[in-house]
Formats: sequence, structure tokens, C-alpha cells
Amino acid sequence: MDAKTIGLVCGVLALLGAATAVVWVLRRRTDSGIDPAIVETFWLRIRAWWIFCAVLVTALVIAKTVTVILFWLISFWALREFITLTPTRPSDHRALFWVFFVVTPLQFLLVGLELYGFKLYGLHSILIPVYVFLFVQARIAMSGDAKRFLDRTAKIQAGLLICVYCLSYAPALLALPLSKPPSAASRVEQPSDPTADPETSLPVSSANLLSRAYENPDPGSNARLLFFFILMVQLSDTLQYAWSQIPSKHVIVPSIHPGKTWEGLLGGAGSVALIGAALWWAIPPFPYWFAAGMSIVIAFMGFAGAITMSAIKRDRGVKDFGTLVAGHGGILDRIDSVCFAAPVFYHFTRYWLIYHGYLDASA
Amino acid sequence: MLQRLPSISPPIQVETPPVHIRIMGAGLALLAKFLSGASVRWIDSQPDTCQRVYFANHTSHLDAIVLWSALPAEVRALTRPVAAKDYWTAGRVRHYLATRVFNALLIDRTEIKVHQSPVDVMIREIGHRYSLIVFPEGGRTTGEGVSEFKSGLYYLCKKRPDLELIPVYIDNMNRILPRGEVLPVPLLSSISFGPPIWLEAGEPKADFLRRAREAVLRLKESY
Repeated sequence: MDAKTIGLVCGVLALLGAATAVVWVLRRRTDSGIDPAIVETFWLRIRAWWIFCAVLVTALVIAKTVTVILFWLISFWALREFITLTPTRPSDHRALFWVFFVVTPLQFLLVGLELYGFKLYGLHSILIPVYVFLFVQARIAMSGDAKRFLDRTAKIQAGLLICVYCLSYAPALLALPLSKPPSAASRVEQPSDPTADPETSLPVSSANLLSRAYENPDPGSNARLLFFFILMVQLSDTLQYAWSQIPSKHVIVPSIHPGKTWEGLLGGAGSVALIGAALWWAIPPFPYWFAAGMSIVIAFMGFAGAITMSAIKRDRGVKDFGTLVAGHGGILDRIDSVCFAAPVFYHFTRYWLIYHGYLDASA
Repeated sequence: MLQRLPSISPPIQVETPPVHIRIMGAGLALLAKFLSGASVRWIDSQPDTCQRVYFANHTSHLDAIVLWSALPAEVRALTRPVAAKDYWTAGRVRHYLATRVFNALLIDRTEIKVHQSPVDVMIREIGHRYSLIVFPEGGRTTGEGVSEFKSGLYYLCKKRPDLELIPVYIDNMNRILPRGEVLPVPLLSSISFGPPIWLEAGEPKADFLRRAREAVLRLKESY
């Protein structure tokens, strides 16, 4: 690990340690004047973060491949929570088998291949919304059961979209080129030379396929980008919760999520923007204003994720995915904001990289 | 000098299964737990190695394996699922699993002999040591409700009223492996064990079977 990564991880650990200490003290005192329910919520969140932080750091230190596998497992578990909650019919069984054992591993395999430089025309970004969505509909039609057909296909598609497709953008951050390829500058200077020797043009085309054959001068930058993203999502969740505790309440959608207020959303977004800007050094090549802007985007997407999952849970009459089956953690409750924020964070980051010449969009 | 013979029957010889069978058993239990995502709840009930009959609703071929896997290892070693011979001897893998790993008690559904009724076989096979897993609905249901119980449970208890009857409700297994499917889909299920019941002295068959069924339904409603 390089100095910046160690700095970021140590900073997060220090923050987590401090938060744990404060909440631990608050839990033991009954005269603090703070609602014990709020303290308990924070306590549960902090416990989840320790696990999240430990697993993520371990995975990033061992290898990027391990990170992709880790996200695959999270995705698998989230999807089984999602499908368990949404009613399907016995005739959907075969389609569901494909979804769990073929589509989900394939999606993460494509992300993994991207990490090793196989640019499969961005196949991981269209596999599910194009091929799999059509496949799921056709497969269910083939089962010969037309009852509530659109309902059933939509449920499976929504589960795939949120739990697999969106989440797979988090490990895909590891594949973004965060340093300029050395050939980028030279390619601009000498546009394709028709007289070029075929012997030398061959390595260039193979270098196109394996875009990361060159050495990245800052090998930890992708891991830090992912870490920054997860950290900002978690901070925005917490800060929105903290800000929504202030007395004057303007609840955004009372019938869906009575805890989400405008004060919470705007206060949370403003706070993470400041923290994101202060952490700009961790995610080169992005400037501080971009870090702040992305933090605001994360805060809004996290809010969107929480409110969407809330609507699904309310419709199914459960409080959270964890209570669905007693004893299970409810992974989906923890990662709803990550799922919604990941694709938007990935694409905005990618636009910036294309605009500044890190990435050739036509390649 | 003649050695005095004990008046009671000699202690049952317990053969410890070979290591590879025990490893297979543990591995299979782990796989079943993963595939079924089963969370296990003991409601006013505790796992115990005393002789018991676990009776559950039946929606999937996986029910017996998942229930068996949900028990702690030492209880599992003494618990034998009662299963249909025709299904569990079709194919070598199934046969191996049923006879060697689960130590299942296979019942021939096609030819029932006069002095070999399934209940007689069960009583003979469990001796004073093993517990049983039975599905008194008689066959798999769609999972919507719990069917009426067949009378086998009553005759079993009439001959062995000392057996503890543990009601078990298995939830969502019909979606993991429904009727007529071969490949499971790994959704989350749950298994609830309830407090024991016994056959009361002189209790009529219909009353007892209704009471037993209601014990399972109560677990279903406890969600």
C-alpha cells in the first residue's frame, strides 16, 4: 500500500474508532438526554461499518479479483433477499435459476475481465439491461404461464437491476484508467500513418485490447476511488440521518419514509460535499470541486435508493429485509444507497476521464 | 461358574460412522444450509438428543435434508428422516446419500405387507435410540397451507407414547425446489421448531391429528 492509501484507511479507522467510543459512552449513560433509539441505530450502523471496512480493506489489499468476488457474493445475497420478498410463481423457477447461477456470476466475470484489461465493448454495462431483460421475458413466456406476466417479469428485472447490475458498478470503478496512457499523447501527435510498418502496428492493436498493459504510476488510486465512494455513501447516509434529527421537520414523502426530511437531505448533502472536497487528495486525478460535486450526487442517489427500497418494503409489509427471515442481517438494507449511487458515480467519473483525455470513448 | 445374564436387553451397540461419512454429512448439511438460506428458530423448544419425532409440513424434496441439516450435529447423528424408497433409491447418488449419509429410513410405498406396516418398520428401526423426521401430510403440497395429517403419526404414538413430538414448520422451501423441478433456486427459507406434544391417554385419533396439525399451523402464524 502506498502512503495515500494508508492515510485514507487510517483516517477512516480513526473516525470509526472515535464514533464507536462516543456511541459506546452514550449507550452506557442514561442521562445524556439523547433518545436511546437513535443511539441504538448508530450502534448497529457502526457495527456494520467495522465489518464493511475490515472486509473491504482486506479484499483491496489481497487483490482486486478478491474485491470483485466479494461484491459478487454481496450481490448474490442481496438478490436472494429481494426475490424472497417479492412473490414469484412456480413457473418462474427456471428463469430464476438462470438469474442466480448464470447471469449474476457472468456479470461479475465481465467486470473482472475489464480489470484485466479485456475491453469487451463495455459488455458489462449492457448485458443485463439488454440481453438478460429480453431473455427473462422470453424464458418466462416459454414456461407457458401467462398469469400476471408483466408483474412477474418486472419483479425479477427490478431485482437484477438493483442488486446485480447497479452493484457491479462499484468493483467496476477499479477498472477505470486513472492515469493517462503514455500512447495517448503520441497518438494525437501522429494521426494514423498509412505508411506504418505492419510489424509495428500489430502490438498497438493488442495494446488496445489490453489497455492497461502500461504501468500505472499510482497503483493504489483505483482502490482509493472505490474506498472513497463507499465511504461517501456511508457518511451521507449517516449525516442525512443526523441532520434529520433537528426539530423543524419537512418530511419529503411521509407515506413512504417518515424519517427522510428536506433538512436531512440538504444538510447531509452539504456536509458530505465539504468532507468530499477535503478528501480530494485521496482520489487523483480529480480536482476538489469534482470530489465535492460527486459527494452531492452520492447523497442524492443514496436518498433515492433508500426511498425506493422503502417503497418496496412498505408494499410487501415488512420493516426491513432483515426481519424478513429472522436471524439474517438484511444486506439489502445496508447497501440500498450503494446500489443506486454506484452506476451514477461510475458514469460521471468516466465522463470526466473521457473529457480530460484519460479514456478514449471510441475505443 | 455361570455368569449371570442381565435381565434387561443388552445396551444397543452404537457404531460410529466412518470418518468420510461424517465429513460428507457435515459438508452436505453446510451445502443445504447455504442453498436454503435457512434460519432456524426454536420457539419454546430446545434441541435435545432424547428420542423424538419431528413432524413437519412437506412442500419440497429438500425438506428432509434441510430439516436434518438444521439440527445440531450431535442431534443430527441420531435423527433419521423417513423417506420414500422409490424416490431415494432412484439413482446411485440419491441412494448413497439416503442410506449412508442421512441414514434415512426408507419406506416402500408400493407394497405394504401385513406385518411390515411402515409404523412397525419405524418402531423396529429406531429402537430406543434414534429420532425420526416424518411428514404426516402424506405427500408434498403447494405450500399454500398444511393438509390434513394421515393417521400414521397416531399409530406410531399409540405404540410408543413416550416419544416426544416436535412440530416443525418449514417456510418458503416450495419456492426453492418446487414440485417437478430438479435444480434449486437459492432463496431464503426458515425452519421453526415448536414445543413438544404427546399423545394423551385415550385421546381419539381425529382429535390428536387435529391437535398435531394445529401445532404446525401455530408456528406458521408466528411470523
